[in-house]
Amino acid sequence: MTRLILVGVSHHRAPIELRERVALDPERSAALAAHLGQEAVVLSTCNRTELYLARPDDAEELAVATLTDLAGDRAEELGAVLYRLSDEAAALHLFRVAAGLDSLVPGEGEILGQVRGAFEAGSTGPFLDRLFRQALHAGRRVRVETAIGESPASVPAAGAALAQQVFENLSGKRILLLGAGKMSELTARNLVSRGAQIGAVANRTLEHAQVLADSFGARALGLDELREELAIADVVVASTSSSEPILRKADVAAALRSRKGRPLLLVDLAVPRDLDPAINDLESCFLYDVDDLEAVVAETITGRRSEAARAEQLVASEGERFRRWQASLDVVPTIASLRALVEEIRDSELERAGSRLSETERKHVESVTSQIVAKLLHLPTIRMKEAAAAADGVVYADVVRHLFGLGEEERRV
Amino acid sequence: MSELLVVPALLAYGEAALAYAGELRGPGLAGRLATWGVRLGWLAQTALLVGQATSADGFPWGTWAGALNLFVWLVVGAYLIWGCRPRYRLLGLAVMPVAAFLLALAWAGGGTGLDQGDDSGLVLAIHVGLMLAGFASLTLSAGMAGLYVWQERRLKRHVRRVLRVRVPPLDALDRLAARGVLAGLGLLALGIGAGAARFERGDVDAAMVVTLAILAVYATLLVLRHEGWRGRRAALLNLCGFALVAVVLPLTHFAQ
Repeated sequence: MTRLILVGVSHHRAPIELRERVALDPERSAALAAHLGQEAVVLSTCNRTELYLARPDDAEELAVATLTDLAGDRAEELGAVLYRLSDEAAALHLFRVAAGLDSLVPGEGEILGQVRGAFEAGSTGPFLDRLFRQALHAGRRVRVETAIGESPASVPAAGAALAQQVFENLSGKRILLLGAGKMSELTARNLVSRGAQIGAVANRTLEHAQVLADSFGARALGLDELREELAIADVVVASTSSSEPILRKADVAAALRSRKGRPLLLVDLAVPRDLDPAINDLESCFLYDVDDLEAVVAETITGRRSEAARAEQLVASEGERFRRWQASLDVVPTIASLRALVEEIRDSELERAGSRLSETERKHVESVTSQIVAKLLHLPTIRMKEAAAAADGVVYADVVRHLFGLGEEERRV
Repeated sequence: MSELLVVPALLAYGEAALAYAGELRGPGLAGRLATWGVRLGWLAQTALLVGQATSADGFPWGTWAGALNLFVWLVVGAYLIWGCRPRYRLLGLAVMPVAAFLLALAWAGGGTGLDQGDDSGLVLAIHVGLMLAGFASLTLSAGMAGLYVWQERRLKRHVRRVLRVRVPPLDALDRLAARGVLAGLGLLALGIGAGAARFERGDVDAAMVVTLAILAVYATLLVLRHEGWRGRRAALLNLCGFALVAVVLPLTHFAQ
């Protein structure tokens, strides 16, 4: 009987120093899976390295030895953080991983692609093929049927998500960056990844603005040249180190006159704040400071956790489906033997009767006997698979083998 | 027998209205159930209207209750164009309770029965049909304006749950509301044109005056929008126009 073995380390217990030692890039993961032979998959991300093996023999020690080799001089630390799971528990773990439920931020979407990559690069056979396809299905189901992956989990992502609440399509929307700091760059990159374009980067030191502007193909401005850009920007992202507000209500109000009612989203990531809070009172202006964004992120992470409870139920149902399939494997050889025996009897009887039948009669009898066999075996097949799922499969299989003398020929030989 | 189709239509609209309330807690099964409720209800109502059209001698929706029946069908049909998209589902929270209530009212008023109709002629049928389609478009537009005002307020107040409830982007609501007004105005103008063919001196009544006022308010809205009156102000003006459609027009029309 094929057993599923999972051995791995993850961010839950292993420090980054150990995780980076056992981490593998996709090429090395594929090479290791090929080295481990049929059936093996190596899933390696920044948060985990896991080996999935499906073998008739006990492959746990092989998996542990492989990870120990990878850990090198830190192998001694491995024992305390290594986890070993088998069969149903291992499958359920993979389904949780694919659904993003085992990730640092619940529901993060990148992991599903990583699981797919590991599956495609693995050395799979029927068992792991079924397991990983079902894991991908579970991951997709969780993302479609729950809202776990929809809300942003960081301040820059929250800024971008808010922009999508205001604008129908970020494609072609113009961003004005105030300050050339890391946070504004991250937020800008998040917006750019959703189709927006950086129109200008404004900074007290023009040279710093120029460096960031060049990386986005935007123009660099001094902080005293904002009026013209404010009239055409759709989103303003501010994160300068200025101790005084860079933009006051009057500045924005003046720019609004030429905007013809187009909305303006302002994201202030600076402390002290760069943008006068009174700007939010202006019509069609939506100003969010870092506290507002953090509150939105905290709320959405709470939402992700509550969605995670629903996602766990979906994953559990997928786990149960896999368990039933795996259990049915216990009775598959018996069912196959029974069908083979019945077919053998049918063939020999048809052969004996063959000389007494015309071609038409023979075809008719073949068709009738084939239908009788299919109907007779249908219910026992279903019942045996059901019994296998309820853990009685081996007993049923033994009874059927005994009653029909399955395998006795082989034993006699 | 087909008269009974109003029952499944009403049940499906009612189910959709309740399920949309569930969608407020977060996207998921409730939203999908609501969408199916709208679809099935609209199909049942379509079958009912077909039954009415084939069994009636003349125009089957000439009475106030019959007109209400047709109006609900037009509103829900137009909503289905957007309502099937997950992000626009919440618009159903504004549309479906009203649709269910109005259909129940039409049923109570005898507007869903068969073998009824008047022989006022094709021109009146076209006039009523176009006017109802125009008002249906304005109703949907008002729904979007209402959603705009609600979502804009949430964004302004920095509501923490702002990203947890799926609402169409403000930009899209503003644009679709304006399109709804434009379509509504066009249909109303055509309907008035069709009605004018039967118009005689001395026929002027309060409902006509209110209809022209509605036309003027919405035309003003479009002109002002072109001049930069977008967003909240446009949405509020849209809702004012809809108050004329929903409250003043029926009062003046049925008071006669």
